Amino acid sequence: MSKKLKGWKEIPMGVMITEPGNSVEFDVRSWRTYKPIIDQIKCTKCGMCWIYCPEAAIMIKEDGKYEVDLSFCKGCGICEKTCAPKAIMMVKEEAV
Amino acid sequence: MSTVFRTIKDVPKEEYFAPGHRLCAGCTAATAIRQILKAAGRDVVVVTATGCVEVATSYFPQTAWRVPWVHVAFENSAAVASGIEVAMKALNRKKKSDEKIHAIALGGDGGTFDIGLQALSGALERGHDFLYICYDNEAYMNTGIQRSSATPYCAATTTCPPGRLSAGKMTQKKDLVAIAVAHEIPYAATACPSYPFDLMNKVRRALDVEGPALIHILTPCPTGWRFDINEGIDVGKLAVMTGLWPLYEVVNGVTKLTVQVPRREPVKKYLKGQGRFKHVGEDVMKRIQERADLLAAKFGLGPVRQ
Amino acid sequence: MKRLGLSGNYAVAYAVKMADVDVIAAYPITPQTTIVEKLADFVANGELNAEYVNVESEHSAMSACVGASLTGARVFTATSSQGLAYMHEVLFIASVLRTPIVMANVNRALSAPLNIWNDHSDAMAERDSGWIQLWASSAQEAFDTTIEAFKIAEDIQLPVMVNIDGYIVSHTYEPVTLPDQEEISGYIPSKPMTNRVSPRLAYSSGVVGPPEYYYEMKYQAVDAMERSRQRIKEIESDFNQRFGKDYKDINTYHMDDAEYALLIMGSMTGTARVVAESLRRKGEKVGVVSIRCFRPFPFERLAEIFKGVRCVGVVDRAVMPGGPSNPLFVDVASALYGMAERPVLQSFVAGLGGRDVPTDEFELMFNKTKEGARTGRAGPCVYVGLRE
Repeated sequence: MSKKLKGWKEIPMGVMITEPGNSVEFDVRSWRTYKPIIDQIKCTKCGMCWIYCPEAAIMIKEDGKYEVDLSFCKGCGICEKTCAPKAIMMVKEEAV
Repeated sequence: MSTVFRTIKDVPKEEYFAPGHRLCAGCTAATAIRQILKAAGRDVVVVTATGCVEVATSYFPQTAWRVPWVHVAFENSAAVASGIEVAMKALNRKKKSDEKIHAIALGGDGGTFDIGLQALSGALERGHDFLYICYDNEAYMNTGIQRSSATPYCAATTTCPPGRLSAGKMTQKKDLVAIAVAHEIPYAATACPSYPFDLMNKVRRALDVEGPALIHILTPCPTGWRFDINEGIDVGKLAVMTGLWPLYEVVNGVTKLTVQVPRREPVKKYLKGQGRFKHVGEDVMKRIQERADLLAAKFGLGPVRQ
Repeated sequence: MKRLGLSGNYAVAYAVKMADVDVIAAYPITPQTTIVEKLADFVANGELNAEYVNVESEHSAMSACVGASLTGARVFTATSSQGLAYMHEVLFIASVLRTPIVMANVNRALSAPLNIWNDHSDAMAERDSGWIQLWASSAQEAFDTTIEAFKIAEDIQLPVMVNIDGYIVSHTYEPVTLPDQEEISGYIPSKPMTNRVSPRLAYSSGVVGPPEYYYEMKYQAVDAMERSRQRIKEIESDFNQRFGKDYKDINTYHMDDAEYALLIMGSMTGTARVVAESLRRKGEKVGVVSIRCFRPFPFERLAEIFKGVRCVGVVDRAVMPGGPSNPLFVDVASALYGMAERPVLQSFVAGLGGRDVPTDEFELMFNKTKEGARTGRAGPCVYVGLRE
């Protein structure tokens, strides 16, 4: 599935990308072997997983719950390693 | 008065550094940048030198930046930031623009310690109101782990490999903060993303100060330092806990420790956890421990835990 | 309107002042230094409202200019020789990033050996950089071309280099007529341009261009340079009308019925014309052509001018070791290649490292060119004035 690439008349002038943060379109899910699961009972909502995540893959929901956005997680496991109450567990991704 | 980041509630939720960048899984530089931008906010322009961060975040047609961002070349992020700073000053004064944009120059250790040192020195001496941040993964990581003058003593890289005749890099790491402070700038500091509140407060303080500021951030690299991808934050903590990476700030020439270490970890624990030091023997470890002891004495850190 | 005795360098400085630039990056190098010194005076006395940055090298001068230009500010710097070479990598970047920087390059020989005097090797080494290159041969022309440069740069969004010969033009005092400030301000109003580093836009500039995109991104700058051919003609024509001038991309002297001619760039043109004049009085059908706009290279008009001319002597003030010939010759030969009937081209090198080229050496060049017209053949490159 290839996308049609833009021509010189269509791309912005001056070596620019004019859509801030459009890297969200880039699929990094295939990078991971393991994915994090958060045990909401053990979670103390300290927020350290969120502040340590290199990908901004952990979200803080409206109700204050911390959840993983699996579209952005590369499976590094920093969240599991740094979670003080051990509320996060890295589990193997299902085979495709 | 600037925000003081004490708890997680003080940290803004906005993500000015978007996911989907191509930095390695477990890259602590990515963590550092998220934290930096949370402290800096929207009204900045980040001028990045060629390197890991630049290449992995601006691969056309995708950008991870949600703030204005510029890349020109490898050695000139401080010069480009200088140009932006004075231009905004002129445009504001001549009433051609009412925008207030903080210029932040961001370079790796390669683009700062080595090829970028001239431009950095010039910008610091001229007194531009800007912030220079060096994210230090202690080698030219983007090009495959070559040695820089920030590579620590006896670390292995591809251009200072250990072998029959060599034990890795035979010289000590340059002291960037001391070089910056020699320019009599109002603010300089060290930081590490393993200590997010300390880092974010320093970014805030650096931006609030009038004139040049420099923050030197240690960003452990799993790929180049050879540890597991989930260990980056812990390795950073160990760097601080051994005394090898003291967290301090220098305000108008006066040094102040910002994170105390009452009981230091032995450097052996730090070195054994990284493949780049696996060739290192007892005598080298002893020398590195002595260096940690020297730094501990200088900054008033505690003794090594037995 | 004001009439002042100004050196070529000071004329450039006055033009930059009247253009009301916002940022000047300054680093000294002989023989450009008096430009940035004069500008320093203007800024220090409040005559020019600009930020003046004493950068620590020319590489940083151009880097600071690129950064400043991205904010939409009007930006200037000056350099020569080694300084131009030092900023080499940033020149290419400035062009493709489409920053309308104006830079005065006071032509000086490239080392080695160290030489502070005039030749064209510095500008020639940057012909591929994607900068528009204009050449001015008098103090008045230096003033006028610098003003035009801001107009051209900001219209096409490409950086412009204004070349003036070191010492010969830069340091020679001539009468220069300056229009009133209102006329200049009306011509190049100092209005805000798009701020590409505005937080309102949050653009990323200078991104990575992988193989799937580099070609297209580079081509945009190539296309801009191509479009500039027509635009520069239009802008120049408008400038001439407004200020009562007669500037063209190529200046011709006695070319209507010339059988042979010299093609030259820079201030040596003056001597060539004096010698041509005396030859004309002897009945020789001789002419002089000088190129004022070197990039984009005006190949179409050059071919028209040389229709019916039997031999053209191309005078290079730079060498291209190992090349088919020297820089200007190579461009001219390519330009004329498509002509049904091409003139013979004779290559000359003169004036390297500030070596004076007196009238008798020009006579030598004209005679050799006449021989080419007569025999229909050119000889090998003549290194005029070289001692064995």
